[in-house]
Amino acid sequence: MPTTKESWRAKEWTSSLRRIRSPWLLAILALLLPAVALFSMTVGTVSISFVDAWHAMAVSLSADSQAVTSQTQVILFDIRLPRVLLAMFVGSVLASTGAVMQGLFRNPLADPSLIGVSGGASVGASLVIVFATGLFGSSVVESGVLMGLSLVAAGAFLGGFVATILVYRLATSGIGTSVTTMLLAGIAIGALAGALNSLLSYFADNDMLRQISLWQMGNLSAASWSKVFIMALVSLILLLRFPADSAALNALLLGESEARHLGIDVQQVKRRLIVLTALGVGVSVALAGMVGFVGLVIPHVVRLLIGPDHRWLIPCSALAGAILLVIADSLARVVVLPAELPTGILTALLGAPFFIVLLLQQRREV
Amino acid sequence: MTLAAHNISLHLSGFDLLRNVSMQVQPGAVTAIVGPNGAGKSSLLRVLTGEMAPTAGEVIFNQRPLSDWPVQLKAQMLAVLPQHSLLNFPFTANEVVGLGRIPHQTGTNRDAEIIADALKLVDAQYLQRRFYTQMSGGEKQRVQLARVLAQIWLPCEHGEQFLVLDEPTSAFDLAHQQLTLDIVRQLASRGVGVVMVVHDLNLAARCADNLVVFNGGEVAAQGSPEQVLTEQLIDQVFGVKVTIARHPATNKPLVIS
Repeated sequence: MPTTKESWRAKEWTSSLRRIRSPWLLAILALLLPAVALFSMTVGTVSISFVDAWHAMAVSLSADSQAVTSQTQVILFDIRLPRVLLAMFVGSVLASTGAVMQGLFRNPLADPSLIGVSGGASVGASLVIVFATGLFGSSVVESGVLMGLSLVAAGAFLGGFVATILVYRLATSGIGTSVTTMLLAGIAIGALAGALNSLLSYFADNDMLRQISLWQMGNLSAASWSKVFIMALVSLILLLRFPADSAALNALLLGESEARHLGIDVQQVKRRLIVLTALGVGVSVALAGMVGFVGLVIPHVVRLLIGPDHRWLIPCSALAGAILLVIADSLARVVVLPAELPTGILTALLGAPFFIVLLLQQRREV
Repeated sequence: MTLAAHNISLHLSGFDLLRNVSMQVQPGAVTAIVGPNGAGKSSLLRVLTGEMAPTAGEVIFNQRPLSDWPVQLKAQMLAVLPQHSLLNFPFTANEVVGLGRIPHQTGTNRDAEIIADALKLVDAQYLQRRFYTQMSGGEKQRVQLARVLAQIWLPCEHGEQFLVLDEPTSAFDLAHQQLTLDIVRQLASRGVGVVMVVHDLNLAARCADNLVVFNGGEVAAQGSPEQVLTEQLIDQVFGVKVTIARHPATNKPLVIS
C-alpha cells in the first residue's frame, strides 16, 4: 500500500524536524539563565520585589554605597546571591559532566555517578560525620576548617576521588580502559559504598543520622562566597576544557576503534574526561551534597531537542542544568514556608516525572 | 608506497590467529580477502589497521612502520569501515558522514560539500536529515560507507591512501552491491588502495585485482582471481565441490556450486 508508506515517510520527516537549531537553543538558554537567576533573587522567606532588588543592586554598585547596608541588601548579597550562583555552577557542572559521561559510555542513560564518585563521596561524608563528630564534637565538624569548607565537604571530596580511582583502576588493563568494565566496576563500587553507608548509619546516633540523610538529599542553603568561588573555578575549568574534546566524543559514539581510525587518541581522551568529571562532580557533591537527576535528565532532554552533537550538547546542557537547579532551589525555598526543603528532593521531584514522560513518548515512537 | 604485512603472526590467549602472513595492498588496486569463518580475515584487518599489534612481524604503511605514524596523519590516509556499527545515538546522516572529516581541517563549507557528494555517491542523499537510529540496516551501512569515503575524499600530501572494508556489502540488495563495487573500482582508479573482506567469491572475482585466500590463519593462495580460483583450492579451503566457469560478459571466473 503506497499510502501507508507515504505517511510513514511523512512521520519520519516531522520527527526529524522536531529538532531546534542548536545556536537558537543556546541563545534562548543564555537569555533565560540571567532572567531565572534574577527571579530567584526575589524568592524566599522574605519576598523582595523586582523593583527593590534592582534598587538594592543599583545602590550597591554606585560608588557612595558604604553606609547603606539595609536588611534587603544583606539578604540579597550575603544569602541569596551566593546561593543562586552556587546553584548555577553546580547545575552546569552536573549537567555538562552528565553529557560527557553519556557520550563516553555511549549510553544515553549514563550518569556522572557511574564512575563511583557520588557513592564514594557519600561514604566520605558519612565517615566524617560519624567518626569526627564522635572524636571532636559537632561544632568542629560543622564550622569552617579549610577555606570556609567543612570537614564533611573535605571528606566527601576525598571519598569521591578514591572511589573514582578504584573504578578506573579496575577497568584499566594493558590494552586500555574498558568502558563496559568501568560501568560494572562503577555499579560494584556503588553497591559497596551503599553498604558502607548503611553500616555507618546503623552505628550513628540520632543527630548524626539526621545530618547524614540531610547531606545525602543535597542542599544549597549553606552557600557562601568561598564555596561560590571554588565552584566557579571548577565550572570554568570544565567548560573551557570540554569543547576541545567535543569532536572526539562525537567520534566515540561510533565506537572506540572507529574513533581511533578517525585519528583520536582514545585512551588519553578517556582519562582526561574521567579526571575532569571526577573533579567537577567531586567538588559539587562536596559543596552541595547529592543533587540527583540533573546530570541524567538535562543532557537527555537537550539531546532530544538538538541531537547528540557534543559541540552544542555540552554548552546547552551546562546552561539548562544551571537553569533547572536555580528553579529547583527557588522552589525549595518557598514550597514549605517558612521552612525549606533540601534542593535534591526538588530536582528529583521535578526530574523524575519529566523523565518518565520522555520514556513513554520514546516508547510510543519506537 | 604500500600497505604491507611482513611475516605477521598474531598469538592471542593461547590461539594462533595468524601465522606468518605476508601480503601487500597496492595503491590503485583492489585486494579482496576471502576464506571460511574463523580463518583470520578480521584478525588480519585488525593488524593491518593498527588496532592490534602483531606478536611477530611488521606492518609497513607508506614506507614507515604503521605504529610510527601519528594517529591524525594516519587517519588522513587510512579509512576503515567495520562490519558492525555501535552507533545508537540519533545523529542525522549528514552528521555521521561529517565525522569522517574529523581528521581534516578543510573548513565547514568544504566539508558540507564533501558530505553531500559522499552521500550522493552511495545513493543516500535522501537520508541527509533522517536519524541514523531510524534507518534500515542497508541504509545505515551506506551512510557508514559514505563516512569512510568522506574521510579519504581528497588526496593526502603525506602518502597514498587506503580504504579497508570489512564485508561492505553484507546488508545490501543487489543494486547496492553493484553500486559498492563500482565505487570501489572508481576509488582504485583514483589511486586509492582498497582491501576488503568479502564472502561472495563471485563478487570478489568480479571486483578484485588481487585475491588473498585465507585458511586457518595462513595464506592459502594469493594472486589474480584467474590464478587463484581453482576447483581444487576451493575444495581444499572450503570443503565444497564446485565448478569454475567463465562469466559470459566479463570473462572473470565464475564459481558455480
